[in-house]
Amino acid sequence: MTPSATATPDAAPPPAAAPDSAVSGKARRPGDRIFLGLSRGSGIALLVIMAAIAAFLTYRSVLAISGDHANFFTTLDWNATGTEPKFGIAVLAFGTVVSALIAMVIAVPVAVGIALFISHYAPRRLASPLGYVIDLLAAVPSIIYGLWGALFLVPHLGGLYGWLDDYLGWTGVFSYGGGAARSLFTVGILLAIMILPIVTSVSREVFLQAPRMHEEAALALGATRWEVIRMSVLPFGRSGIISASMLGLGRALGETMAVATVLSPSFLINTSLLDPGGGTFAQNIAAKFSEADTFGQDALIASGLVLFVITLLVNGAARLIIARRKEYS
Amino acid sequence: MAKRIDVSGLSAFYGNHKAIDDISMSVEPRSVTAFIGPSGCGKSTFLRTLNRMHEVTPGGRVEGKVLLDDEDLYGPGVDPVAVRRTVGMVFQRPNPFPTMSIFDNVAAGLRLNGTTKKSDLTDIVERSLKGANLWNEVKDRLNKPGSGLSGGQQQRLCIARAIAVEPQVLLMDEPCSALDPISTLAVEDLIGELKERFTIVIVTHNMQQAARVSDRTAFFNLSAVGQPGTLVEIDDTERIFSNPSVQATEDYISGRFG
Repeated sequence: MTPSATATPDAAPPPAAAPDSAVSGKARRPGDRIFLGLSRGSGIALLVIMAAIAAFLTYRSVLAISGDHANFFTTLDWNATGTEPKFGIAVLAFGTVVSALIAMVIAVPVAVGIALFISHYAPRRLASPLGYVIDLLAAVPSIIYGLWGALFLVPHLGGLYGWLDDYLGWTGVFSYGGGAARSLFTVGILLAIMILPIVTSVSREVFLQAPRMHEEAALALGATRWEVIRMSVLPFGRSGIISASMLGLGRALGETMAVATVLSPSFLINTSLLDPGGGTFAQNIAAKFSEADTFGQDALIASGLVLFVITLLVNGAARLIIARRKEYS
Repeated sequence: MAKRIDVSGLSAFYGNHKAIDDISMSVEPRSVTAFIGPSGCGKSTFLRTLNRMHEVTPGGRVEGKVLLDDEDLYGPGVDPVAVRRTVGMVFQRPNPFPTMSIFDNVAAGLRLNGTTKKSDLTDIVERSLKGANLWNEVKDRLNKPGSGLSGGQQQRLCIARAIAVEPQVLLMDEPCSALDPISTLAVEDLIGELKERFTIVIVTHNMQQAARVSDRTAFFNLSAVGQPGTLVEIDDTERIFSNPSVQATEDYISGRFG
């Protein structure tokens, strides 16, 4: 790769007036240069945008938090106007994390089940239409989910709530005193349906890539279809399931319209998931932003920063889980 | 421990395409039978019909009989999963389970069969790894992943995994084609030891290998591309390589083929 390579006796003379030899690494074609510039530029632009967002969020948040006359993390109230504003994110953090967790607990097992059915059980005639339908679910706007949740899900969940209260009411987490089902639990169910398509389609893609040779290894040992999946497909798809779940969790944490339509907002932390009330970061921002003054907007942005940090932490945790067993993959 | 195989009138299909046509042969217990023939002649397909692996391919189906001692593998009420526990298989490319340790790889089939007692597993895993001539190389790192071994070691690990469940028959589909000559020699030596206990059927593209390891050799051929493969002849290996009764066999083994 040095210019002296041209000195070898049997090398052809360089064509035309090229300053470098034909084998020199510096002789790049215009297409290569354009592509390099494009991809490098995109990479840098991404970093610049991320830094700009972080700087903006941090700057406005610092303004808000330093003007807060109560503890920003523990206060169960949101009053960002007047001379002594008092606001805190405790209710929002609780509501966001709990509703997203409920969504994950419901959606991930169902999604993995659907993905396995499509990839390994369903006959091919059924598998591809089913895949399209699942993907179609992802294209429904979230306000439609919200309206469906408010007009159909909420009036029809009374029976389930009563049943949970009968059998699990003693835990306190599932006690139900009647009233409209506009609770974090209903939000969780709705979010579960909304994140189902993304978790399903990512998992399905990963399962379809499970190496045929490992499935055959299990088959040849006399494994049933479920044992093949357990021995070769699920271990292979494990990090994919985690990634898919994280994508779903990201959507559940940030979902705005559907939550705002279903939840009856109130600034309190209920011990029972079935009691109406609560709030999430995104829902709170959407509800208050248009009527807030500049300081009120700063306060909402500060809550947005917390959501950003939570999402980062969740992603970091997922990467740790994936990396821990890297030796085996 | 080892059973004889009697195949009669066996044809295999991929959808509407007939891959092998009307094959009949017998395989003696405690012997090595080698399948040779040009690519696409259906010898791997035929091998996979012997443990009902052919039918896991979409569209794969089989007509005819395969008797293991006197039981028809394709008879009504026969569970293909049970067949595969009796007839083990080693593949062309080493395929240890990448997420499992060396120990768990060998124990995988045992656990499927319901052996869960730790001391039993430890015994059988050690015996199987010794049986596969791998024990001395891995005994200090049984908890490390199997994918960290060399290709030849991985293939012997797969053999250990297959013999751990004490199958009646061991099918090998070009087990050495992805290995270097030294690893190949190790596997060939192993085949010589294993035939004391198992009935072994091996597909190979390497005719010297067939001559070295097998007692009997079957030559498969196809009349034209797209036509089903057929069994040309099966005879003692020595006879096949010195004085075959069919001209096509002689042409193939002497390199005057096609």
